Amino acid sequence: MDARVQVPKQARRGEVIDVRIAIKHPMETGFRYDVMGKPIPKNVINSLLVTYNGAEIFRAELGSGIAANPYLQFSTVAEASGELRFEWVDDNGTRGEERARITVTG
Amino acid sequence: MGNESFSLCSPVAAALRRVAVAWLLSVAAFIAAAAEPQRPEPLKSGIEFAGADIRALQADDFSNPAMLWMARGEKLWSEAPAEGAKSCAGCHGEAAASMKGAATRYPRVDPGSARVVDLEGRINLCRERNQSTAPYKPESDELLGLTTYVAYQSRGLPLAISIDPQNRRAFERGRDRYRTRIGQMNLACVHCHDRNWGRRLMAETISQGHGTAYPAYRLEWQAVGSLQRRIRACYFGVRAEMPPFGAPELLELELYLAWRAGALPVETPGVRR
Repeated sequence: MDARVQVPKQARRGEVIDVRIAIKHPMETGFRYDVMGKPIPKNVINSLLVTYNGAEIFRAELGSGIAANPYLQFSTVAEASGELRFEWVDDNGTRGEERARITVTG
Repeated sequence: MGNESFSLCSPVAAALRRVAVAWLLSVAAFIAAAAEPQRPEPLKSGIEFAGADIRALQADDFSNPAMLWMARGEKLWSEAPAEGAKSCAGCHGEAAASMKGAATRYPRVDPGSARVVDLEGRINLCRERNQSTAPYKPESDELLGLTTYVAYQSRGLPLAISIDPQNRRAFERGRDRYRTRIGQMNLACVHCHDRNWGRRLMAETISQGHGTAYPAYRLEWQAVGSLQRRIRACYFGVRAEMPPFGAPELLELELYLAWRAGALPVETPGVRR
């Protein structure tokens, strides 16, 4: 799964930073039919987990009301240098993962 | 008889004759002007007809969903398509340098086959000729990704299409197609995009029909699509039979549209409704 994450490369300790993630995904609602009239099975990213140096900082449960190619943004506090890890899974069981490094000064 | 000779000589008749000649000349000028291809005045990109939310989406390189396709293209640029084959970067190096301005010159006539090719077609030709690989399927994520990535290198640069002996015939066919009524609605491109741009068509504002943002992310598609896909959607809209992807009539229309967009800048990857 193609995805993009945006985390500031550098931040000062205690600074509030914006974290953004966009994932390429059809987010099939399960309410649509193909050209032959067969229902298209529901397939959405149902959960997304973000950890910062191993500690959970953000979790989202997504449903069929979220548009294709979901884009999420949240804020967190820069505490220590390290890695943000983004993990998500869809109804088909397909997993995706992205990582971003951040350097915290001061 | 006497009356006639009188009228031909009178100052009033002479004035009338002058008016008639002037009128005929203006009609002739009008016909000549109509026969020459026209550009809308002033030229406006499709983004100018879009709402604030769409503009914001296109302006922000992170929230612009087309960037997801571009990221794929960026990866493909330096990946070898098969064992022993060169990647795009293997010949062209850094896309930022070698592909800068490339999108402003397409569609153009391919010297090898003497056919019109757009950027998608050119990438597929390169795959066949230089990478000895099967061409990508039309509208595949790979082809759209690479095309978006290549076109992105020209973002902000003005289109530079010139009509020369090589492409004149194709250009003229595209121009004629643009003005030919099609479909059950019996409309030509010109009826919406030349004569009624800026006015409302139900909930939409009709644009001038420039393809400068393509490949673009359309909310209706929830995906990135090519200009050919967008033109096919217009065929569908006027209830005409849609030409298949890669059909000469689509390519010739693309060529005419590119000329018609004058010096509007490339916007790829754009966002549209």
